[in-house]
Amino acid sequence: MEGTQTFQVFNRGPSPAARLVFFSVLSLLLMFVDARYRYLESTRSLISELVYPVQRLATLPGVLWQRTEDFFVSHNHLLQENNALHRQHEADMAQLVQWQAMLRENHQLRTLLGLQQRSQPNVKFAEIVYAERDVFRRKILIDKGSAANIQEGQVVMDDKGIVGQITRVYPWLSEVTLVTEKDHAVPVQIQRNGLRSIAFGSGDTSHLALRYVPVSADIVKGDVLVTSGIDGIYPPGIPVAKVDVVERDAAYPFARIVCSPLGGVDEHRYLMVLSPTSSLPARPEETPAPARPKAKKMGGH
Amino acid sequence: MPMQERHEILRPVSNLFIASSVLVALFINALPWEGIWLALRPDFVAVVMLYWCTHKPHRMGIGLSWAVGILSDVNDASLFGQHALSYTVLAFGGVVLSRRIRMFDLREQTTQVFLILLATYSAYAVVQWQVNGQLSWSYFLGCLTSTLLWIPVSSLFHSVRQLRVDRE
Repeated sequence: MEGTQTFQVFNRGPSPAARLVFFSVLSLLLMFVDARYRYLESTRSLISELVYPVQRLATLPGVLWQRTEDFFVSHNHLLQENNALHRQHEADMAQLVQWQAMLRENHQLRTLLGLQQRSQPNVKFAEIVYAERDVFRRKILIDKGSAANIQEGQVVMDDKGIVGQITRVYPWLSEVTLVTEKDHAVPVQIQRNGLRSIAFGSGDTSHLALRYVPVSADIVKGDVLVTSGIDGIYPPGIPVAKVDVVERDAAYPFARIVCSPLGGVDEHRYLMVLSPTSSLPARPEETPAPARPKAKKMGGH
Repeated sequence: MPMQERHEILRPVSNLFIASSVLVALFINALPWEGIWLALRPDFVAVVMLYWCTHKPHRMGIGLSWAVGILSDVNDASLFGQHALSYTVLAFGGVVLSRRIRMFDLREQTTQVFLILLATYSAYAVVQWQVNGQLSWSYFLGCLTSTLLWIPVSSLFHSVRQLRVDRE
């Protein structure tokens, strides 16, 4: 094949094989650096500004379709929807008043007990630009980026529960890794009895799994898992998933528990991005030095 | 199936045409494909680049393909260099087999093109498998549809390149 190139009249630079080796090694090097050290994020965001027009343009057909649908919506339908929303709003208001009373009470109780106050996360709304176009990974891109003060690690949810976490920020876009992404972990607790565990993504948008839960643990089908908030990333009390299957096999030390995510991981167009929660006190070191004056301060104040 | 004339005189290709065809392919790849359509989606960029690598091997070579691969990586938010590696393999196949492929007619070309695309898809999948430890076989469906896309894409580009000849 390359034998045809042996008699060269014009010098055309290195042979294809040499180029193949050079660029393959270059790619492998880049991949290694990207996967291991993530040094290339700034380069990536620089190039992403080049690609941004193409990305933006690619969302246009979807947006146009949505606009056309919005345009041809009937008067009657709008009235019905408005009525339903009004009723919903009134019902929610009643609950909200109660909730505010509870919040004040909780605040007072926490002050009395000397516990750290829970901060209320701020919410930014964002629209899904598109779902990831890679069969291997479940990620979505939203239309707010570092220009809108989005940071890595912020939590993304919809009206029903947690959807995911922001893992990469571009100037005008950010990438959300879904809770169902393989090996993505969320610290959770069971709403009914407060049992803590960790929910792991399975790589499939329809379910999560609880690992390392003892066979004897009190978990039944239908239990709701909410975030426990002990990691300092996910604010406490946000619904994550519902338990679907609990299999207890005495041959294994742990029960097999499968749950389905509550947040519409692949449904909605609009999502909420929560501001980062207040940072928890730093984790104490494993072996503290014997005489350290600062150690007295570790008391949760 | 349209048979390709072997000794036709084709209009010289402008760099603008090559660049815009690659851009359009990037755009089509970036459309919001979902679910089964995502699995069935041919890699438009790969097919377009393969066309240029086989028909204009001195204009679209391995280096440029690598650069387009980097753009694809950013576009798809995949690992930096993952598409670049697979498009390097693609361009190598295209450049080395360019004369051989151009000798065949369109139907015979598809078998050759399939092998090159299979190598391209495999390079991508192997990286995925090494990094994430999981591999979905539905990914290779895209390889089949990309091969099928070869016929319309190369006849389209041929007819565009023949336009001036027809007018005279």
